[in-house]
Amino acid sequence: MQYLLLCTNNPDAWNDPGPAAGDGVYDDWDAYTKAMADAGVLVSGAGLHTPEVATTVSVRDGERVLLDGPFMEAKEHIIGVYLIEVPDLDAALAWAAAIPNARTGKTEVRPVRPELTTEATLARA
Amino acid sequence: MNDPLETLFRRDRAAIVATLARRLRDLDLAEDALQEALTRAAARWPVDGVPDRPGAWLTVVAWRWALDRRRRHALLPLDEALEYPAPASADEVPPLTVEDDKLALILACCHPALQAESRIALTLRHVAGLDDGEIAAAFLTSRPAMTKRLVRARRKLRDSGASFTLPTSEELAPRLASVRDVIASVFTEGHLASGDKPAIRAELCQEALWLARQLHDLTPQDAETTGLLALILTHIARLPGREDHGRLIPFAEQDIGLWDHDSLTEARALLSRTGRGALGPYQLQAAIAAVQTFAAFERRPVPWLHVARLYAILAERSPSPVVEVNRAVAVGRAESPLAGLLVLDAVAADPRIATYVPFHAARADLLERAGQRDAARAAWTRARDACVNSAQRAEVDRRVALLA
Repeated sequence: MQYLLLCTNNPDAWNDPGPAAGDGVYDDWDAYTKAMADAGVLVSGAGLHTPEVATTVSVRDGERVLLDGPFMEAKEHIIGVYLIEVPDLDAALAWAAAIPNARTGKTEVRPVRPELTTEATLARA
Repeated sequence: MNDPLETLFRRDRAAIVATLARRLRDLDLAEDALQEALTRAAARWPVDGVPDRPGAWLTVVAWRWALDRRRRHALLPLDEALEYPAPASADEVPPLTVEDDKLALILACCHPALQAESRIALTLRHVAGLDDGEIAAAFLTSRPAMTKRLVRARRKLRDSGASFTLPTSEELAPRLASVRDVIASVFTEGHLASGDKPAIRAELCQEALWLARQLHDLTPQDAETTGLLALILTHIARLPGREDHGRLIPFAEQDIGLWDHDSLTEARALLSRTGRGALGPYQLQAAIAAVQTFAAFERRPVPWLHVARLYAILAERSPSPVVEVNRAVAVGRAESPLAGLLVLDAVAADPRIATYVPFHAARADLLERAGQRDAARAAWTRARDACVNSAQRAEVDRRVALLA
């Protein structure tokens, strides 16, 4: 089953003292990403620019509307995404808990609808 | 319960649901399938006779119906369904004591990814076999609200890909902790009697006991689970002495002759198997309950200093205002009422304590014994305001009357 890991960070929490060593959380994103790839669970992923450089797009009354910024103003914001393929929820949760900023940030684990992966969609086309 | 056949299988149904859920990975579908099988059994068995292995018959019929439903609704690619091929006959179904499946079902219902209330509801529904209405009544909510909660929880388990298999050994420990907490919550709800429904309360205590036994049977080496079972048995043993003519009787005044000797004996035997190494919170609570209960039962004075020390260890292991209130009572007996009041003062500011009757009652009792009658009266008033049922209120009223 595929899961999207929405990695978020809260800049306020960033001022916490450094994490204690050795509890399974990876030191940095490179190591984490490589571990996922080595485990054969990584489908895709990317780190994102901060929300100030985002643009939000919508179309209202036939007009394209652009907003300078993210879709939701909040201190907490998405910093990266990972699309992983693992057997079940517990496996996905374990990877989410191992994220480098697990102690200060939060990661939403959202299951992907199997019939709506791009692969499945394109196979139907 | 509506269906007499369902009543017959209420305890065994957990095993059937577990077997189905593991293979279908869908608790909703598993339950619907079992319901379908029970309906067919109700029609066929009076005519054909009850099969030799009724559980296996139900499992096979349910399984075939579920697969057929899946195919027709094309919910999943066909080859996933074939991964667990349907047994051709009832003989091929492994015996009902599929311990792994049962434990996996309990673990799934108590998954930490679910809200605490949902875990309790799912466990009572699918492991203990209560129906939506019974669970709703127990938790003072409406049947539609409870059904909605259950449906949402099952959907979450299914759509988020929760598996109904056993977790790895590293994951097992925290998952078992979640189950213990659910069972303890069920017992607390039954024991506390929030709201005035004594009949349901006793049933909840018995459900908690049954669940604790199930878990203990499935994980006999687990000391914390043994502790939880001993704790529940100790409290259940004292239940007959706990209420009299609608008044909650304090521990010190209970009629020991009403306590259940067999449950106490069993609790003692279980406890003797724990106590090696660091004690977890349920072993500690069981030890605390045992020390007090057996002292009273054997007509010895309660060793309050020992109790206070055990509470201090528990406070370190799993701190909470509730533990501090209990510790204060013990300290109040072991040292002095003023010493107990100091312990209470330290948690008085905690917002959770404002509606906690035992806090106010403990405070009132200690103030009385410290000779501060006016303050005691005020504290009893606050206790009365916080009371959630008439039995609690009756006891508080009695204490206020004595004070006058």
